[in-house]
Amino acid sequence: MSLIAVRDLSVSIHRRPILAGVTFDLAEGGIFGLVGESGSGKSMTALALMGLLPEGASVAGRAEFGGRDLLTLSERALAGIRGKEIGMIFQEPMTALNPMKTIGDQVAETLLVHRAASRDGAREAARDKLARVGLPADRFPLSLYPHELSGGQRQRVAIAMAIALRPRLLIADEPTTALDVTTQAQILDLLKGLTRDEGMALMLITHDLAVVAGMARQVAVMKGGHIVEEGATETLFRTRAHDYTRRLFAASDHRPVRRPRTRDGSLLSVEHAVREYLLPRPSAFAPHPRLRAVDGVSLTIRPGESVGLVGESGCGKSTLSRAILGLDPLQQGAIRLDGQAVTAGHTMPRALRARMQVVFQDPYGSFNPRQRVGRLVAEPFHLTGTPRDARDRVASALEEVGLSAADMGKYIHEFSGGQRQRIAIARALIIRPDLIVLDEAVSALDVRVRAQVLDLLAALQESHGLAYLFVSHDLSVVRRVTDRVLVMRKGRIVEEGPTEEVFAGPRDPYTQALLAATPTIPEDWKERTHAARD
Amino acid sequence: MRVSFALGLALALSALAAALVALVWTPYDTSTLAIAEKLQPPSATHWLGTDHFGRDIASLLMAGAKTSIAVALVAVGIGMGAGVPLGLFAAATRGSLADEVVMRGNDLVFAFPSLVIAILITAVFGPSATNAIIAIGIFNIPVFARVTRGGALSLWTLDFIRAAEVAGKGRVRISAEHILPNILNLLIVQGTIQFSLGILAEAGLSYVGLGAQPPTPSWGRMLAEAQTMVTIAPHVAIFPGLAIVLTVLGLNLLGDGLRDYLDPRSRRAA
Amino acid sequence: MLRYLLGRLVSLALSLVVASLVIFAVIEIVPGDPASYMLGLNASAETVAALRERLGLNEALPIRYIHWVAGMATGDFGQSYTYKVPVADLVAQRLAVSLPLALYALLLAVLIAFPAGLLAAARRGRAADAAVMGATQVGIALPNFWFAMLLVLTFALHWQLFPAGGFPGWSDPLAGVRALTLPAVALALPQAAILARVLRSALIETLGQDYIRTARAKGLTEGQTMLRHALRNAMIPVLTILGMQFSFLLAGAIIIENVFYLPGLGRLIFQAITQRDLIVVESVVMILVFAVILVTFLVDLAYATIDPRLRKRA
Repeated sequence: MSLIAVRDLSVSIHRRPILAGVTFDLAEGGIFGLVGESGSGKSMTALALMGLLPEGASVAGRAEFGGRDLLTLSERALAGIRGKEIGMIFQEPMTALNPMKTIGDQVAETLLVHRAASRDGAREAARDKLARVGLPADRFPLSLYPHELSGGQRQRVAIAMAIALRPRLLIADEPTTALDVTTQAQILDLLKGLTRDEGMALMLITHDLAVVAGMARQVAVMKGGHIVEEGATETLFRTRAHDYTRRLFAASDHRPVRRPRTRDGSLLSVEHAVREYLLPRPSAFAPHPRLRAVDGVSLTIRPGESVGLVGESGCGKSTLSRAILGLDPLQQGAIRLDGQAVTAGHTMPRALRARMQVVFQDPYGSFNPRQRVGRLVAEPFHLTGTPRDARDRVASALEEVGLSAADMGKYIHEFSGGQRQRIAIARALIIRPDLIVLDEAVSALDVRVRAQVLDLLAALQESHGLAYLFVSHDLSVVRRVTDRVLVMRKGRIVEEGPTEEVFAGPRDPYTQALLAATPTIPEDWKERTHAARD
Repeated sequence: MRVSFALGLALALSALAAALVALVWTPYDTSTLAIAEKLQPPSATHWLGTDHFGRDIASLLMAGAKTSIAVALVAVGIGMGAGVPLGLFAAATRGSLADEVVMRGNDLVFAFPSLVIAILITAVFGPSATNAIIAIGIFNIPVFARVTRGGALSLWTLDFIRAAEVAGKGRVRISAEHILPNILNLLIVQGTIQFSLGILAEAGLSYVGLGAQPPTPSWGRMLAEAQTMVTIAPHVAIFPGLAIVLTVLGLNLLGDGLRDYLDPRSRRAA
Repeated sequence: MLRYLLGRLVSLALSLVVASLVIFAVIEIVPGDPASYMLGLNASAETVAALRERLGLNEALPIRYIHWVAGMATGDFGQSYTYKVPVADLVAQRLAVSLPLALYALLLAVLIAFPAGLLAAARRGRAADAAVMGATQVGIALPNFWFAMLLVLTFALHWQLFPAGGFPGWSDPLAGVRALTLPAVALALPQAAILARVLRSALIETLGQDYIRTARAKGLTEGQTMLRHALRNAMIPVLTILGMQFSFLLAGAIIIENVFYLPGLGRLIFQAITQRDLIVVESVVMILVFAVILVTFLVDLAYATIDPRLRKRA
């Protein structure tokens, strides 16, 4: 017997269709995975069940839960269900908690608002639930505020709030997407344990096929507001009956064809780099404590080589890449590009700067919204002087990344995320640098777009003999596109070597932990693909 | 929303038109006294009546619009001219001592409400429209500096600024090419707000005698003169007040409308 | 908390010092010789010299500044030249009118603005919101002194519910409050309009935050979310405006006192300007600026009690 039976759920917002005829059943006590790319409607499905759709939304269809239709219930009745029978947690733990209230009050509120306990009883329950999610009261008193906790800890608080009344269903919307891979593994473990111990069903919404593979018994694949395929996870993963599912799988572990032409010598060398920041004083007259974001890092990149720099957030990889780009000074050590010193600000010669370019993560923040694409792509000419044929070169750079010369006259908001990353690559290419720093350059992209951009990068590397420094938190991507990899932790390089060697036989315990925590689709599930395809 | 924008535009443009026409023509001469015709209620000859010197109130209002708009406009100019560069500079050197000094200086000016600045200036130099402009203008500086810095700071964190730095551009160039064009909307909206506040402030200063002096026509002073006659001839007090309310209301509606129109979020949807 | 408090105190002291320097410089240096300025063109050399002596103008500038500041710190603001009484007594008398007026107006503004702002935010995009927003647009455009005249015309002269002007003193508190009511309303309404708008937009901004969605997912209704989660988070911008409004109210009071013939600081300072009594001008300006800086400091303290992120930075 199903816990929720969704039939023909359709949602439109301001007459724009978002969901069309979504139908699925959610069994009691199991884990149900809902996967899809951004904009596929998976979050909207969850919000529709909760009755929390944005203003201007209209809903049709049925969603039966305990004999009632969630879609037609009054706001009052829904408020009685939310938090009590259906709990929900969201993607961004840093903003999901009220910064002005203690974690104890926020967990207790779930009980108080449903009149499930007295004030003291609610506090007692809050203490229990926080302990249950791994925040015992001796180290995490109820009086803490959210800003005193890390992202993973905050997500635990959010979970405690959602399960405080032992709901029959917990909806988790990308609960680990904003977290580091080791934290992700812990949170997924916690969610798994909770469904087992509390007899609670879990609806896990994610874009990550590997996460679903390790968690869910049932899975549904969404695309463009529809469910394209649904079934038992293993069967669905092995057969991939639907064409879209097949393409999604192919893209998620797509390995671009690379013919590296690494040349001998050193293009970039970093020697014993140290970069410190002053932290706020702990008390009025104490000295500033220092944070060594980069602590004695050395590395080299050869011409034409792809080097991966992996590590979790806060490990110093961004700080290091800023120093390499000549944006931040070092306190100790040196960075050399082809033998010449890289320094911050005006002291670095333009000709030297022109040999390095960058592509950033955020396809939205990477461009001045008030300039046309032609001018945006031409910006690095500032380093070389604008050549006579600048327009032609911008046009050919755009064509090289798969866009057209006509796009020069458009503004950036007319392009999709993937197209914007292509434009960013065109901007980096325009002055023919030797090295491009790819700072999480594909992390914000959906898997299919990501696969295309990775192919483009591989092709450009081959045709221009470019070297890449591939900075990323995503180990599985780095594995597929780099020759050598460096693993960074707390400002230091803990392990480095040829990519395949490091991934196949990690020596450092931290690298081992990172790899163990990375979700993967079981190898034998993949094998059937060929059989299915042939 | 569109209706209020149109209303705002109409009101603001009427005030502006009145001021511009008053430069060359008013229905009656505002400097000639005609005591015989004093305090007449609105009529076919004097649409808005006459004041205690028999002057045509409609003509006085047109001439007063000239003063109000000129004072407020120049005061906004002073505020923008000094405040925007200061704000850009503070944001470009964010976190440094220079930023701190600029912002603390701003806080200090904020401690002197424009009326207090006007009092200080008047106590020393005597009252005049020019001194009113200076007082309001000085008060506008920290307003624009703050808005500029706030807008600029959020832009400085974005990756397109990093890209410009990687392209070898310095702070001044980045401020001019990337920051300023992206906060122009903010500044235009703030400009209309300060413009309307300037008109209110000028009226207040002139009302208490710290602003425009006779014979410079001014809405605020018309109200001050009307105060003693408000029981026998209410129209003398009502029309100048209405002129202020409608002009300020028009500018505020215009500012709100501009904010909606210029907001990139609403434009992207369009 | 202590660190935050200390930092704010230092900034308070620094602001006061710099502000006093500015005022001192403008009044004592800019017009040339204050004594001859105060006495006018017809004064004889002896009277000017006598006044210079009495004002202590023969001493060096730094000494004069220190005397002035030290005097103020001990409550001695000097002698008014025209009234021939200590400035401190004059100011104390006048503050007994101006301060209650500003506080009364602030209270009214808050009492009007909060319900209006909450209502508009809760019904955003609907008729009640449009009505509140329309009313506030008009409120902001009202010059308070003109509004005051209209109030006098209707409530004092036509219906005779309140006195049209003057102040009977505090011996009969009720009469005092009655005398201040129309001025307070005139001051409060335009400020209430601004405050309501700020509160509304702060609430709407807060209601879009992730933690509001979390609260709704816990089972809180829209109304509960507004009162328990949004309101407190929206208080930061509201407090900022409230602090700034106090200085506008003080300044506004100076003008409104003229409409109602109230014997407050405003009347005092205008009389002092026309009589060229620089000592009074200097002191009253300093007191006004002190009040503004003090309020800024209090607002900073209020931030810390509201926002745990500031409190715990110690």
